[in-house]
Amino acid sequence: MRSGVAAERGSGDRLGIDPRGWHDRRVPGPNDDAQRLRDLALLRRVRDRIDREYAQPLDVEALARGVNLSAGHLSREFKRAYGESVYSYLMTRRIERAMALLRRGDLTVTEVCFEVGCSSLGTFSTRFTELVGVPPSVYRNEPDGVFEAVPSVLAKRVARPVRNREATPARRR
Amino acid sequence: MDITIQYTFLPHTDAEASLAFYRDVLGFELRKDVGYDGMRWLTLGAPGQDAAVVLTPPTADPGITEEEGRTIAEMMAKGTYASIVLATTDVDGVFEQVQASGAEVAQEPIDQPYGVRDCAFRDPSGNMVRIQQPS
Repeated sequence: MRSGVAAERGSGDRLGIDPRGWHDRRVPGPNDDAQRLRDLALLRRVRDRIDREYAQPLDVEALARGVNLSAGHLSREFKRAYGESVYSYLMTRRIERAMALLRRGDLTVTEVCFEVGCSSLGTFSTRFTELVGVPPSVYRNEPDGVFEAVPSVLAKRVARPVRNREATPARRR
Repeated sequence: MDITIQYTFLPHTDAEASLAFYRDVLGFELRKDVGYDGMRWLTLGAPGQDAAVVLTPPTADPGITEEEGRTIAEMMAKGTYASIVLATTDVDGVFEQVQASGAEVAQEPIDQPYGVRDCAFRDPSGNMVRIQQPS
């Protein structure tokens, strides 16, 4: 199912009815490009909303409703555009925030889990361990030791919440 | 050496909408408005500061292929192409004003773990505009 905008446009649009049947794709034209850019802008709003509201009990249905897309269409297009699913992106944001909170050291793992919008400690710990390389309890006690333990691909992600780390002047290797 | 930043460039897809955002909402001065072949370059800066942002048609360079142009347009739409960071002494006040204009909010004001309080908006072309208040 396409977005509401597409459906509306299609109803009065001769391109909306394709006499050649479902298996004959029509040649993409400028209208398709414009539609694609509008869809991408909606995906951007969803992604920004996750960045803003990840600590709320968000789910894919609610996110899709917010931009008048079907959940299926949103899931497919989001993954195509950003390379990961809506749910995965949401969880990654939660884990990133959790890392920052755990580094502060004044909250327990359970408190951090709820603080970042996860309702299940089990799911939180599993996903945290997958992304960071160590369980949240270990990370909380020794956040800096983790950098040597994670693969380099993840190290960037691990370090990401600390933006000013990138700007350390005169850093030599 | 004595070098300062003079111009920095952000792509735009809609000159009028961008002008409304940067001039009428953020309060920048329009210093130059150049049109050529259906394209527009807008130079805007904060009052009292020389450094300026030039809003540029993203595919004006003839060396950009059609395919690259499409990629740039898609990245701008999905919000992964360009960004700028601005500074203010009152991020919460600025946020209220910019939000009231109907701008697309990307982030409410929060204290970042790296020591600044900031908020973020999308400009009309999808660029990320972060506004920070150094502590």
